[in-house]
Amino acid sequence: MRGLVLGLCILFLMGAGSWAYRQNYETRDVFDRNRARQIDIAEAHQRLSMLRAEWAYLNRPDRLQDLVSLNFDRLGLLPLNPDQFARVSDLDPMPIAPDFAPDALIEAVPVSASASDLGVRP
Amino acid sequence: MIRTPLRPLAHVLPARARQEDPDSVMRHNLRQRHDQMEIAARQMAESRLLVLIVFIVAAFAAVAVRMANLAHSDGQEPTQQIAAAAIAQSRADITDRHGRILATNFETHSLYAQPPDMVDPAAAARGLVQVFPDLDEARLLRDFTGKRKFIWIKRRISPEQMQAVHDIGDPGLRFGPREMRLYPNGSVASHVLGGASFGKEGVNAAEVLGVAGVEKHFDAFLRDPAQNGRPLQLSLDLTVQAATEEVLAGGMAVMNAEGASAVVMDIHTGEVVAIASLPDFDPNDRPRPALGDDPSISPLFNRAVQGVYELGSVFKIFTAAQAMDLGLAAPETEIDTTGPLRWGRFKINDFRHYGNRMSVTKIIEKSSNIGTARLAQQIGAVRQKNFLESLGLFDPTPLELTEAGGSDPLIQKNWSELTTMTVSYGHGISVSPMHLAAGYAAIANGGRMIRPTLLKQSGPQEGVRVLSERAAAEARMMLRRVVSEGTASMVNVKGYSVAGKTGTADKPRARGGYYEDKVLSSFAGLFPAHDPAYAIVVTLDEPEIMGLGELRRTAGWTAVPVTGELIRRIAPLLGVRPLIEPDERIAITQASN
Repeated sequence: MRGLVLGLCILFLMGAGSWAYRQNYETRDVFDRNRARQIDIAEAHQRLSMLRAEWAYLNRPDRLQDLVSLNFDRLGLLPLNPDQFARVSDLDPMPIAPDFAPDALIEAVPVSASASDLGVRP
Repeated sequence: MIRTPLRPLAHVLPARARQEDPDSVMRHNLRQRHDQMEIAARQMAESRLLVLIVFIVAAFAAVAVRMANLAHSDGQEPTQQIAAAAIAQSRADITDRHGRILATNFETHSLYAQPPDMVDPAAAARGLVQVFPDLDEARLLRDFTGKRKFIWIKRRISPEQMQAVHDIGDPGLRFGPREMRLYPNGSVASHVLGGASFGKEGVNAAEVLGVAGVEKHFDAFLRDPAQNGRPLQLSLDLTVQAATEEVLAGGMAVMNAEGASAVVMDIHTGEVVAIASLPDFDPNDRPRPALGDDPSISPLFNRAVQGVYELGSVFKIFTAAQAMDLGLAAPETEIDTTGPLRWGRFKINDFRHYGNRMSVTKIIEKSSNIGTARLAQQIGAVRQKNFLESLGLFDPTPLELTEAGGSDPLIQKNWSELTTMTVSYGHGISVSPMHLAAGYAAIANGGRMIRPTLLKQSGPQEGVRVLSERAAAEARMMLRRVVSEGTASMVNVKGYSVAGKTGTADKPRARGGYYEDKVLSSFAGLFPAHDPAYAIVVTLDEPEIMGLGELRRTAGWTAVPVTGELIRRIAPLLGVRPLIEPDERIAITQASN
């Protein structure tokens, strides 16, 4: 009985030891990966701030103004005017393309159509 | 072990033969056995003690070794935190009210040399001069071959230059990372941002310090690591600011002015949405401060905040509003305006003669000095002084700029009755355009004095009441009349009703007295007049324009049209809905299906 308990204890100890050993290395591994990720994140942050700075630089008002003047024939952009404000009720109804017929579109698809009829792969 | 029997025959029999007691043999034996057992037990106990001692010594030794180890090892940062968000740059960004970047950081490199590591100093010096033509080859060579162990070559180099230095290939030429402050919008809002420069420099990093504007005022906040890279959000709107500067620059050119400034302020929150001063500068390459007596000729000078001027007639509305607040006059009360008004040797005149009696409304509309001075006489020196002080006109403006602290308004120490009369129409007191905008905001928002700020606010400010609701409303009506009937008719913008007052003040000479032909023309007002949202102040320094065949300098011909154009541009950007409905029904063209 005593021998059995002793044996079990030794086995448990060995098991626990090897588990702890593996756990230790796994943890170190995770730490290493984590550190690598953090370096990646730091680099990404740096890139991001660089891109933000560049975006802000490309969107600086002077440059946009110059671009608007250069491309005036194509874009025809002018400063916003007070008479460009309007109430929604003053607007014409949204123009709709003449050949747009939603009912016809619904009828075109049979109710019983299966997925394959509609060209959808199952 | 072989046990000796307790009564061994071999001993008992001879004992009996010798007539001895065999029991003594047995006792002897027993004692011997007990002795042996005792020795064994002691040995066992001693060995256990020994093991225990070894364990304890080992344990303490382990602790001691670990302690020694910790004591002698270098500190290490705890890297295993969830620190992804904490990787912050050393200096926070500055953004406008919508989060658009006004100032950020940029990674560059510095170049230094360590001559002991150099392989071929002559070739390195030759190569460096090719990359940087401003360097002196002979001097570099002298430094590289001398006793020095460390030499800065360039504080900031571009990536292309860095590659070129790499190509020289000398191991003694080294690079250190440098964080540089970048203002992507160039000169837009330059006076607000100020600028930054390097403080303490090391090989691996350099301190970036704010030198002016918000960069200096909020330097501690911007450098605080506890903020975790949170940007400083200003109340400025980049689009409005850029449009303001553009219109102002155009107006300055057309009016041949020396300088110009503009302030646009939210009258409920105190937020300064745009503040411009021309000429301006590029904060990326901040010019050196001007030498000499007059700082105002430098582009670094912020006219809107640092420039304290006698602003002239724009002050008249304060006098009228106070008179109405105190119940001394109503908008229709007739005041004697027979000129000139004499006070001792001093004469007060009007620009033109408008008649001997005028209503208060008319006085403001026609900008009568005499009428305003008469109102001020009724108010009295003490009450006038207290009122102007409550409008913040006696203290430096609380705006969050380093420059604001040092620009005290100029106020006469001896506040005589004559001072009361001249101050009532804006002479004998010098304040900045920012002060004026804050005062007009109090009239615009119904009589509460709010603190102007450059930081984005979450809601309106409470503010101290300085005028009654009624007096403020009547003052607004008078300001509206100035635009619709009086001196500021050119500010009428289609769609927006503007209210405001013009001011044309002769510029004081440095040695006393006033110039005949140099004026500071200004317009201070609010829009939209029916439900004010913004206060606006525009000043032009020494404007001149030919109008209807003569040279015009008055604000009505100079500051007013510029303000009109400014409001036409920025009001739609600020989302202010125009009052007049568009005539034609607007058809939308569909851009895409």
